[in-house]
Amino acid sequence: MAGTLLFNALRDAIDEEMAKDPHVCVMGEDVGQYGGSYKVTKDLYEKYGELRVLDTPIAENSFTGMAVGAAMTGLRPIVEGMNMGFLLLAFNQISNNMGMLRYTSGGNFTIPTVVRGPGGVGRQLGAEHSQRLEAYFHAVPGIKIVACSTPTNAKGLMKAAIRDNNPVLFFEHVLLYNLSEELPKGDYICALDQADIVKEGKDITILTYSRMRHHCLKALEQLDSKGIDAELIDLISLKPFDLETISKSIKKTHKVIIVEECMKTGGIGAELIALINENCFDELDSRPVRLSSQDIPTPYNGKLENLTIIQPHQIVETAEQMITQGL
Amino acid sequence: MNKGSHAERLNHLPERESSDLDRETALKLFKDMTLGRRFEDKCAEMYYRGKMFGFVHLYNGQEAVSSGVIGAMKLKHDWFCSTYRDHVHALSAGVPAKEVMSELFGKETGCSKGRGGSMHLFSKEHHLLGGYAFIGEGIPVALGSAFTSRYKKDALKDETSDSVTAAFFGDGTCNNGQFFECLNMAQLWKLPIIFVVENNKWAIGMAHDRATSDPEIWKKANAFGMKGEEVDGMNVLAVREATQRAIQRARSGEGPTLLECLTYRFRGHSLADPDELRSEEEKDFWAKRDPIKGLEKVIKEKKLISNEELKSIEKEIDKEVNEAVDFALNANDPDPTELTKYIWAD
Repeated sequence: MAGTLLFNALRDAIDEEMAKDPHVCVMGEDVGQYGGSYKVTKDLYEKYGELRVLDTPIAENSFTGMAVGAAMTGLRPIVEGMNMGFLLLAFNQISNNMGMLRYTSGGNFTIPTVVRGPGGVGRQLGAEHSQRLEAYFHAVPGIKIVACSTPTNAKGLMKAAIRDNNPVLFFEHVLLYNLSEELPKGDYICALDQADIVKEGKDITILTYSRMRHHCLKALEQLDSKGIDAELIDLISLKPFDLETISKSIKKTHKVIIVEECMKTGGIGAELIALINENCFDELDSRPVRLSSQDIPTPYNGKLENLTIIQPHQIVETAEQMITQGL
Repeated sequence: MNKGSHAERLNHLPERESSDLDRETALKLFKDMTLGRRFEDKCAEMYYRGKMFGFVHLYNGQEAVSSGVIGAMKLKHDWFCSTYRDHVHALSAGVPAKEVMSELFGKETGCSKGRGGSMHLFSKEHHLLGGYAFIGEGIPVALGSAFTSRYKKDALKDETSDSVTAAFFGDGTCNNGQFFECLNMAQLWKLPIIFVVENNKWAIGMAHDRATSDPEIWKKANAFGMKGEEVDGMNVLAVREATQRAIQRARSGEGPTLLECLTYRFRGHSLADPDELRSEEEKDFWAKRDPIKGLEKVIKEKKLISNEELKSIEKEIDKEVNEAVDFALNANDPDPTELTKYIWAD
């Protein structure tokens, strides 16, 4: 059987959930007739009509707020951020209303929404289109944050996100849409709050998410040839973290590296290290290390762009140092 | 007074007949407006006595808008979306006074379980989509509720889906992007929504004509091909009739309406506002047009309700408000062990 591309896996998930529940709908820029800028909603407009797959004007804050109101009154909207960076313009609706409204309303209303789209550093897209908003949104109470990384988890997580009664920020990566993989058969979901142990190992724990999973896999090949048996965990859930899986791994390896694409300051790794120190301090044989992007706007120049984000060789070098030199 | 000023505009509105007012409607509107007024007066008293905290924005003077609009709509069927000045909208929508008062006291019996406060009143039961504390952010939410109404009708083929959403906001909001973005989408998709501008001239200390290039907000509907109306917001019957026309358009699929209600708040922006910028002359002009006194005058002219009955209604309402205070005072605070309850839905 031929593999399924990641964007088609997402599309299948949305299609299947829309077929099953008529309250599920999609709204955003160019999601309808155009089929989505990365074709995640291709042909759904023809299949479900213009209300269920709603092409909106370019008004991010307002159509995101509209999704909140629609969710409060019984629909289950999926909002596409054509590029997740555009959602900076919807920050108020995502924070004040998606995230906080269930609480401030004393449980009167639930906001079953998914906000999805491509994030991350692509290929020379410039600073504004290369953002990693997962870190910016991390402090907002009341929203779940997940990042998919393979066609299989993309489909399973998307279905789980659509069925969840809470707002879910769903990060896809602009460079992973064309990954191909044979998908499990039938209607499966992946839990939104569970990390994925990509490879078991005993020497060191590497925690990562999204595209960096694949950088880590490359690093793992080299580490393996050097006789280092690393455990690779894809966090999947960026909020809340799957502390159980993380702790279990650190108890085994006593060493941890976090590999992330967001910037170091105020990043996902910053929060993760705090959590590890609070919960696993006595298990650590060496200081936890973060490998993060530089604290700069992503430059256009390709060489500078590569220097901005972590590369596989840096993961290898850091792991080696931690193990051989005990740093 | 400046030509074209807020007050001047009110004076130039055409005289209207109120011949079709019946006793039942007069009673309902009088009760609702009186409840709004007395409730807010009690809030001021409780705030100064240290029983409620935070920012409290009172509605005195604007009652004709809440009672005129919400009173013309179907309760628990149509939807309402408010701002930080939301107590009276909640009352008009049918949220019991004791639930609103309890919320202001931060009690578990409040309509938002003490988690929301004055600017975040919610009631799913009474279709109150909420009080929204930041300018303009409620309008997209209201648009979403109107979208659901059309979605249920046209995508889910539910012919009974004909709810209309009223979005309330002020003159200051009409300089904010969400206002324009949502007017565009509402008209584009012919959504059943009424945009109700409560133009009370002042955005805290910023006079409307200092903040906007064309003070006539209702005309901005034209830019979107939408029906706009300028309404005497001190006259509950005028507001009610304009709302009925807007509801008719919305329910028949003709889409949204922008109603600009010219009104005035009799108190400062909030109870923390020293109110130093508004002139006595201006306040007098509007005080003479008190919407409750205006309705009373019509009721008396038409001999719909006797003076005695009006007095006894006022007494009843004072009793209801006092009972709401007693209820709130005696109610429990939220359970500290439930601090994080309501963050997540199951």
